[in-house]
Amino acid sequence: MALISTDKPLPSAKIENQVAVDIVGLNKWYGAFHVLRDVNLNVLRGERIVICGPSGGGKSTLLRCVNRIEEWQQGKVVVDGVEITNDLKRIDEVRRDVGMVFQHFNLFPHLTVLENCTLAPIWVRRMPKAYAEEVAMQYLERVHIPEQADKYPGQLSGGQQQRVAIARALCMNPKIMLFDEPTSALDPEMVKEVLDTMVGLAEDGMTMLVVTHEMGFARQVASRIVLMDEGQIVEMNEPEEFFNNPRHPRTKLFLSQILH
Amino acid sequence: MADPATASLPVGAAYIRREPVPARPPPLLVSGPLAWLRRNFFASVPDTLLTILGAVILYWIIPPIVDFLLLDATWTGADREACLATPERPEVGACWPFVRDRFAYFIYGSYPIPERWRVDAFFALLAAGIFWMLWLDAPARGLGAVYFFIVLPIVSVFLLSGAPSLGLAKVDTALWGGLMVTVVVATVGIVVSLPIGIALALGRRSKMPLVRLLCVIFIEFVRGVPLITVLFMASVMLPLFVPETYSPDKLVRALVGVALFSSAYMAEVVRAGLQAIPRGQYEAATALALGYWRGMGLVILPQALRITIPNIVNSYIALFKDTTLVFVVGIFDFLRAIEVARIDPKWATPVTSTTGYAFAAIFYFVVCYAMSRYATGVERRLAAGARRGVV
Ligand SMILES: Nc1ncnc2c1ncn2[C@@H]1O[C@H](COP(=O)(O)OP(=O)(O)OP(=O)(O)O)[C@@H](O)[C@H]1O
Ligand SMILES: [Mg+2]
Repeated sequence: MALISTDKPLPSAKIENQVAVDIVGLNKWYGAFHVLRDVNLNVLRGERIVICGPSGGGKSTLLRCVNRIEEWQQGKVVVDGVEITNDLKRIDEVRRDVGMVFQHFNLFPHLTVLENCTLAPIWVRRMPKAYAEEVAMQYLERVHIPEQADKYPGQLSGGQQQRVAIARALCMNPKIMLFDEPTSALDPEMVKEVLDTMVGLAEDGMTMLVVTHEMGFARQVASRIVLMDEGQIVEMNEPEEFFNNPRHPRTKLFLSQILH
Repeated sequence: MADPATASLPVGAAYIRREPVPARPPPLLVSGPLAWLRRNFFASVPDTLLTILGAVILYWIIPPIVDFLLLDATWTGADREACLATPERPEVGACWPFVRDRFAYFIYGSYPIPERWRVDAFFALLAAGIFWMLWLDAPARGLGAVYFFIVLPIVSVFLLSGAPSLGLAKVDTALWGGLMVTVVVATVGIVVSLPIGIALALGRRSKMPLVRLLCVIFIEFVRGVPLITVLFMASVMLPLFVPETYSPDKLVRALVGVALFSSAYMAEVVRAGLQAIPRGQYEAATALALGYWRGMGLVILPQALRITIPNIVNSYIALFKDTTLVFVVGIFDFLRAIEVARIDPKWATPVTSTTGYAFAAIFYFVVCYAMSRYATGVERRLAAGARRGVV
């Protein structure tokens, strides 16, 4: 894929129904502080977008706009063909299909691992309890911790907790997964188990938006890599080009810092 | 440091252990009763001084109490004569026959004697409900909740105030008194304040400005005013606005006053708990599309209430003791019944008042201490049930 200008979205009727996330002219302010500036990004079904950049660049904020955990002042976000408006019903419709994994896991400490995984399917998707548990066990097996199902989150290691968090999101059978620095709160020896889970997910064709500094992961699975700085998309390209032939000086600086 | 092999080595030398050090029993001063005494009472000079001071204070307080309540107490008798000092018996302690004689009055007030079985039935039903709710492993606790929060209040109203159609004579609340009134006021306050308090706490954190404003005004107003004032307002000012015929019963007005008052305090207790829940929990609930109500009900409130159990029980204990204030609007609670009985000429002696108050103190202490112990038990159980991380 060629370098896409961030000024113009791709308005093609043909690929419209293949677009999973379409962000057009997004602007957001915290008070007077302009966090997101004219962000345009569209993500096709099955694409894996890795977002990287210096701290405070607005990566988390952008990601959190996709499921409307953050509000914005200007622009349009369309998720799976549904434009997010202020209509709460519509927002929840989008959130049902968008899974999110946080840096600090945010598991529910008062519920067991299994209950964490079945809570939303039972109460939001209205699944019968037994069926929800069956589904949850399948996903827990997939992240290799079925034997921890009856434990509480506080009894698990960080890496195990993060894998539970991934399983919990998957139990809602999402079409899109958002990851906000899923490995940066983990001890080095646990990073791999979480990344492996994410690689597996990517191989199954899940649409993923991942904020991460794991450049190895980015090189391996990303369809495109986005560099954000000062609330703007500075450069966006396929991994090969991004790493070997960065064009924007900011990208060069960033890569030189992160790859030593 | 204690290893003689390494201790004797010159500084900077290399060392390899050849013999493992076997485990030895601790020296005598580390364990055993003597060590325990030393550690807890005589660990240092200030500790020893405090221990002696404590012992002196206890010696000064405990024996007179034991003397009054037990050793010098009068146990039998029909009237004041039994509790008066005589030359043979100069020191007279508590006058327990007085309590025994007026016991029914302390419990039922002026409730008509032939109808008192109804109060007993109410006590029994309530005790069953409380037991069902407090016993965490009880069967069918959902059904228990329905019984406690719906069936019990309705049945109690008919039972206590009467239902002529069911053959239960009407008993005016002016005749209610004693322990039964205290129990009714405290139970209503305790049961009503938690849900209203939760609603107010959620309202105070609401995104809707009007809801937030109303909740803040209510909470701050009620908290800024003494309970006595709330009770006076409920019983004196309400009739000014509501025509006499529609004006609710005096007891009901006091109940409303107590419930509103305790709700405002409960709201602040719950709000503190809500604030202690990390933002990530709200975000995770939101991201799972749980929405506001399910997110609150399934994720946030269970955690918030759990960490506020000590404060909730603290409020309950305060409320239970505050119920004694309903006497200012002419309601006859347990303490008031004792107050009235102690000036009864039949039992008027120098020790009657003290006996009555001692009895009241013991009663309030037992109830409040039981609440406190129960809360501690629940806390410990929650802590032991799972070693939960805070994140
Ligand atoms: N609630 C808030 N109120 C005000 N400013 C905020 C708020 N949240 C974030 N910001 C600011 O917005 C900017 C972007 O934040 P964001 O969390 O999106 O950065 P990021 O790229 O994810 O950084 P990091 O790599 O540190 O996570 C930062 O400068 C931050 O200080
Ligand atoms: Mg971030």
